[in-house]
Amino acid sequence: MLRISCPWCGPRDEPEFRWGGEVPVLRPGPPEAVSDSAWAQYLFVRDNPKGWVRERWVHAFGCRQWLIVVRNTVTHEIRATARLTEPLPEVTP
Amino acid sequence: MRFSALALARGAFSFHGNWPQLWRSPEPKRRYDVAVIGGGGHGLATAYYLAKEHGVRNVAVLEKGWLGGGNTGRNTTVVRSNYFYPESARLYELSLRLYEGLSRELGFNIMLSQRGILTLAHDSHQLKMLARWLNAMHLNGIDGELLGPGEVRQWLPLLNDSPTARYPVKGAVLQRRGGIARHDAVAWGYARAADTLGVDIVQNCEVLGFLREGERVVGIETTRGCIQADKVALAVAGHSGVLAAKAGFRLPVTSYALQAFVTEPVKPALSCVAVSMATGAYVSQSDKGELVVGGSLDLYPSYAQRGNLPTLQAVVAGLLELFPCFSRLRMLRQWAGIVDVVHDSSPIIDHAPVKGMYLNCGWGTGGFKAIPGGGLVFAHLIATGRPHPAAEAFTLRRFASGALIDEGAAAGISH
Ligand SMILES: Cc1cc2nc3c(=O)[nH]c(=O)nc-3n(C[C@H](O)[C@H](O)[C@H](O)COP(=O)(O)OP(=O)(O)OC[C@H]3O[C@@H](n4cnc5c(N)ncnc54)[C@H](O)[C@@H]3O)c2cc1C
Ligand SMILES: [Zn+2]
Repeated sequence: MLRISCPWCGPRDEPEFRWGGEVPVLRPGPPEAVSDSAWAQYLFVRDNPKGWVRERWVHAFGCRQWLIVVRNTVTHEIRATARLTEPLPEVTP
Repeated sequence: MRFSALALARGAFSFHGNWPQLWRSPEPKRRYDVAVIGGGGHGLATAYYLAKEHGVRNVAVLEKGWLGGGNTGRNTTVVRSNYFYPESARLYELSLRLYEGLSRELGFNIMLSQRGILTLAHDSHQLKMLARWLNAMHLNGIDGELLGPGEVRQWLPLLNDSPTARYPVKGAVLQRRGGIARHDAVAWGYARAADTLGVDIVQNCEVLGFLREGERVVGIETTRGCIQADKVALAVAGHSGVLAAKAGFRLPVTSYALQAFVTEPVKPALSCVAVSMATGAYVSQSDKGELVVGGSLDLYPSYAQRGNLPTLQAVVAGLLELFPCFSRLRMLRQWAGIVDVVHDSSPIIDHAPVKGMYLNCGWGTGGFKAIPGGGLVFAHLIATGRPHPAAEAFTLRRFASGALIDEGAAAGISH
C-alpha cells in the first residue's frame, strides 16, 4: 500500500489516487507539422524507467486535484510530491 | 536424456539418485551466431526453434536469474486462442496447436489440460459483447460456444446464483480447447530440448549493455564478460524498456506488476477455467488442488515483483462475489511478475530500431499461451530476416501507422 502525500490533503492511502502517466510528456505541435512517428512517440513511447520516475497522479477520491509524485519503481519509495504549478522536481538516479 | 517408462524403471533401481542434469551449465563462449537475452519461455522456445527449424545451433540463452524465474514461472498458465482480430487468432491458434503436440515433441510432460475456459457475462451488455466476440472467433475459425445460465451452472455448480447476487450470470462463452498447462515444465522442456540441439543456456548472467560497431549491435556485455554475437534477440518481457534504453532507443512499453495467488489445496471443486468480465477475476484449480487466482494489474508502473494489497483485495472480493464458498479458504502464496504492457495488448515481434537486434515483447498479461508460437515466429524473423506469415502485423511500426490490434478493447479479457 502506497501512502501518497497530497499537496492539498496530506498523506492518504493509495486507493484514493489514480496514476496518470510519467512526466514530462510534451504534446508536439502544430498538428499539421507533426509526423506520424513523432505523434506515436508522444502517444505511446515512454521512458518506463527502472528506478526514480516523475509521474502525474490524481487524488480521485479526495480533492480531485492532479499532483506530481517522485517515485521509485523498484522500491516504491516516494521522495516528493508537488503541485502542478510548482517547478517539476529534479530526479537524480 | 528423454523420459520414458523404461528410464523411470531404470531410475527406480538406483532409488532415483542418478538422474542426470536436464541441461548443461556451460561457461559462455566468446562468440555466438545468436545471443538470446532472457531465459523465459519465449527466449528458450526461440532458441529451440532456431536450432530445430533453421539449423542455427551456435546460440546462447542468457538469463540474469534462473531459468523461468520471470513471468514464465509466475503466471496462472491459462492457454486459449479465443482472440478477436484475425491477426491475433492466427498467432494464438498457431501457438495452441503447438501446445497440443508439445509434450510429445519435447518428450516432456507439460501437463496441458484442455479443460475448457468460460468467460462469464453478468449483464445483457456483456452478453452482447460476448456474442459479438464469439462471432469473430467463428469467422477466425476458432472453436467456441455460447452457454446460457443453465449450462453455465452445470459447468460451475459453486457459482453464486442467488437472486440477490451482485453479479448474476447471464451466459458465457466457452472455448473447450482452452485450459491450463504446467508453466515450469514448458520452460524446462524447451530448455532441455534446446540444450540437446547444442544451445548454451547460461543462467546467472545479466546483460548489462551492448557492444556496437557503428550503427550495429555486435555483441553484449554481461556479468560474465563480453560476448560477440551476429544477432542479438531480446525476450525480456518487463525489462524490455531497460534494455532498449541501454541500446539507445525507447519502446511503447510500460512495465506493471501483475499478481497471482493460490489457496490451500482442496478436493476437486472447479473443473474449468472461469473468467469474470465484470470483476476481472479469474480462477482455475491446479492438479494439486490449489485454487489459482488472478485479476487485474496493479495500475501504476513497477519493477517490484511483489504486488500491492488493494489490488489483491479487489481481486479476492470479485472472486468471492462469484464463489462465496471460497471465502473459507486461506491464501497460501501471493506474488507478482513484471509484465510488458503495450497500448493495444498485442505483442511486438520485429526488428529493433538498432541494426543486429530483434524484439519479442509486449505480451503483457497474456504471453504464456503464446510461448510456442512466439518462439517459432521470432526464430523465423531472426533466422530469415523476414516476419513469419503469422506475425506480419505485430510490428513496431503499427504504433505510427495506426494499425493497432487492440485486443484489450476488443476481447476485454486480459490473460
Ligand atoms: C501473475 C501473472 C499471471 C499471468 N497469467 C497468464 C496466463 O494465465 N496466461 C498467459 O498466457 N499469460 C499469463 N501471464 C503472462 C505471461 O506470464 C508472460 O507474458 C510470459 O511468461 C512472458 O514470457 P517471456 O519469456 O517473454 O518473459 P519472462 O518469463 O519474464 O522471461 C524474461 C526473462 O528475462 C530475464 N531478464 C531480464 N533482464 C535481463 C537482463 N538484463 N539480462 C538477462 N536476462 C534478463 C528475466 O530474468 C526473465 O527470466 C501472466 C503473468 C503474470 C505475471
Ligand atoms: Zn488531495
